[in-house]
Amino acid sequence: MKVSLFITCISDALFPPIGEAMAGLLARYGIRLHFPEIQTCCGQPAFNSGYWDEARASAKTILEAFDDSDFVIVPSGSCTGMVHHYYPKLFENDAVLFEKSNRLKEKTYEFTQFLVQVLGVTDVGAYFPHKVTYHPSCHGSRLLGIKEEPMQLMSHVEGMEFVPLPYAEDCCGFGGTFAIKMSEISGAMVEEKSQHVLETEAEVLVGLDMGCLLNIGGNLKFHDKPVRVLHLAELLYEGVKNREQTAGV
Amino acid sequence: MSKPQGSNVKERAKSALKDEFLIDAVKFTTEKLKNGKKAATEEHGNWEEWRERGRLIRAHTISHLDYYLSKFIENARAQGVHVHFAPEAKDAARIAIEIAKHRGAKSVVKSKSMVSEEVHINEAFEELGIESIESDLGEYIIQLANEPPSHIIIPAIHKNRYQIADLLSKEAGETLPPETKILAGFARRKLRDKFLEADIGLTGCNFGIAETGSVVIFENEGNARMVSTVPKTQITLMGMERLIPSWDDLEVMATLLPRSATGQKLTVYMSGITGPRREHDGDGPEEMHIIIVDNGRSLQLGDPEFQELLNCIRCGACLNACPVYRHIGGHSYPGTYSGPIGAVLTPALNKNTQEWHDVANASSLCGACYEACPVKIPLHDMLVYLRNRKVERGYTASGEKMAMKGFKMLMGSHKLFRKAVKAGQIGQKLLVRDGYIRSQIGPLKGWTAYRHIPALPKRSFREQWPGLSAEIEKSIQPMSGEMELRMEEIVQARRKGGGHA
Ligand code: SF4
Repeated sequence: MKVSLFITCISDALFPPIGEAMAGLLARYGIRLHFPEIQTCCGQPAFNSGYWDEARASAKTILEAFDDSDFVIVPSGSCTGMVHHYYPKLFENDAVLFEKSNRLKEKTYEFTQFLVQVLGVTDVGAYFPHKVTYHPSCHGSRLLGIKEEPMQLMSHVEGMEFVPLPYAEDCCGFGGTFAIKMSEISGAMVEEKSQHVLETEAEVLVGLDMGCLLNIGGNLKFHDKPVRVLHLAELLYEGVKNREQTAGV
Repeated sequence: MSKPQGSNVKERAKSALKDEFLIDAVKFTTEKLKNGKKAATEEHGNWEEWRERGRLIRAHTISHLDYYLSKFIENARAQGVHVHFAPEAKDAARIAIEIAKHRGAKSVVKSKSMVSEEVHINEAFEELGIESIESDLGEYIIQLANEPPSHIIIPAIHKNRYQIADLLSKEAGETLPPETKILAGFARRKLRDKFLEADIGLTGCNFGIAETGSVVIFENEGNARMVSTVPKTQITLMGMERLIPSWDDLEVMATLLPRSATGQKLTVYMSGITGPRREHDGDGPEEMHIIIVDNGRSLQLGDPEFQELLNCIRCGACLNACPVYRHIGGHSYPGTYSGPIGAVLTPALNKNTQEWHDVANASSLCGACYEACPVKIPLHDMLVYLRNRKVERGYTASGEKMAMKGFKMLMGSHKLFRKAVKAGQIGQKLLVRDGYIRSQIGPLKGWTAYRHIPALPKRSFREQWPGLSAEIEKSIQPMSGEMELRMEEIVQARRKGGGHA
């Protein structure tokens, strides 16, 4: 069984600990994560801006990288959504690549989907004694319907105090190039989101998409707010290691 | 400030974002509408199934629009209605004016109609010296302010009650207190006289029923009923896509529309009008005209990416759900329609010319519009399709084209991508302070004006992987038989054509 990691360009370059956390967590269930090096980016920055030819160049590396994988796991609802919803459209005029994108779509899972739906794991045995709030990213929750999975995983984390985020489902204003092109609108959106995060008085903001967390985290930092921003995989892995240390494993 | 200023969406949005009154008013009301919708749909139950039913009815009608249009026209004519067809906005205005001239009309009283805004009917009447008065309270307010509507359902959503009191006080010639009851009372008295004087009543149309040629109007104030019964002549403006096949289908629409629009279980008044006044009728117009407006709608027919746009029932739910609309209000958008539906409809109806090119950028593609839409129009996808057509037509800036060429080159090869990240790790050194880039210049300044950027770590994930995987190898546990079986089963199911969605 070949289970492969699609790290996503943003986590690859900016947030390597997320890949480490995923590999570390899955190792505990007997999964040896495989990382095909030829992958780059899902192509969304170009695709969403309307540059489909440019997006295809990037998407092809993903099609090739995971051609012989049985499962592909992604630490991003947005990049998973790109594969699921738009790859078949992007390659509709190329019979071979269209077929490949349909196959890739079938085996690609966002990280929490894979844990809960495939492995049937909702309790990773983590201990994380902090106050945590959660931002459900739009693409994951709306386009892929990932709503329960992260909640189930978090509800089993011991010692953790969960505070719901007010207006959680509102977009944080990231939107890729939108944040640059319509910077004032995007800025107003992220300011509002940070405000809501601060209202929870959480120590940690957790999410499933590093684009959004780069945005919200960057804004919190801009205002010098000491909120820790983590991908859920990182939180769970840290929690598992906490538990193992206290148990003396 | 009354209307956000600027020549494009970005500039108008910038100006709107500084207008606290506007933003507060829009936030307040969209929030109320959104919560109302949530409560009403939850209470109704099975909302997803109703949405799907609504989508199917609309999609079916639109894919057989020629058939249903001819049925509608045939049946309306059989009831004595004069039916006209307006290929473009100016034709609709011209036809309305001809009717007014023919009837020797001096004044028109209108109920709410977005199509009438789209074809600028008030201006056309005024040019001829015919008074045209809005009788919907919200429309009346913005008519006094000389502004277009900023929301499909709540035209004056951008005004608070103090601003409204000022406008109505001017009209009344006395100071009216900012109390909704008193203000509405004044408007009602004022408009009642207009109803009695008006020669023509002009209405919009929520649904045209093909099987009987009837016009159905949803409203809350009762003014549309007055408009369609008191004056001797009635003109109804109807977008050519507004049809549904039968009265049975109306049940579904009557369930979806008010709940999505305002969170009401039912609209206060729902009028079905079949032809002009008959011999034994107590009221109604002597003469009834329906002007069916195309104005760019037929361009969407047969377009695989945009045909669904015609399924829209103009409920405004996508506006209320949209975080961008909520921050910038309706006047930041170009054209008559605002919010997510407007961002797609305006360019689409106007042949996607360069003039409208920037509105599709005013979205983070969060999909809240799609989720809110009672007939499931994928507006977030359509925004991307619009951007794609813009690129194909060469409307985008040269700097952006260059950047995308760079993207294509880098992301087309993992070796180049790796090198670029390496170069970034080294090159960023001058910019990084305490692990963050805070510079507010250069191409990223839109980003850094609101956020710091974390510095690239010394080594990317792919650089760390060989060492990491060797380390993690030590913690690999045996897999449980149950898990292995599950995974096997999923892979097997996929081969048989199953697999997850
Ligand atoms: S697109 Fe959907 S949500 Fe928006 S106005 Fe039309 S029907 Fe309503």
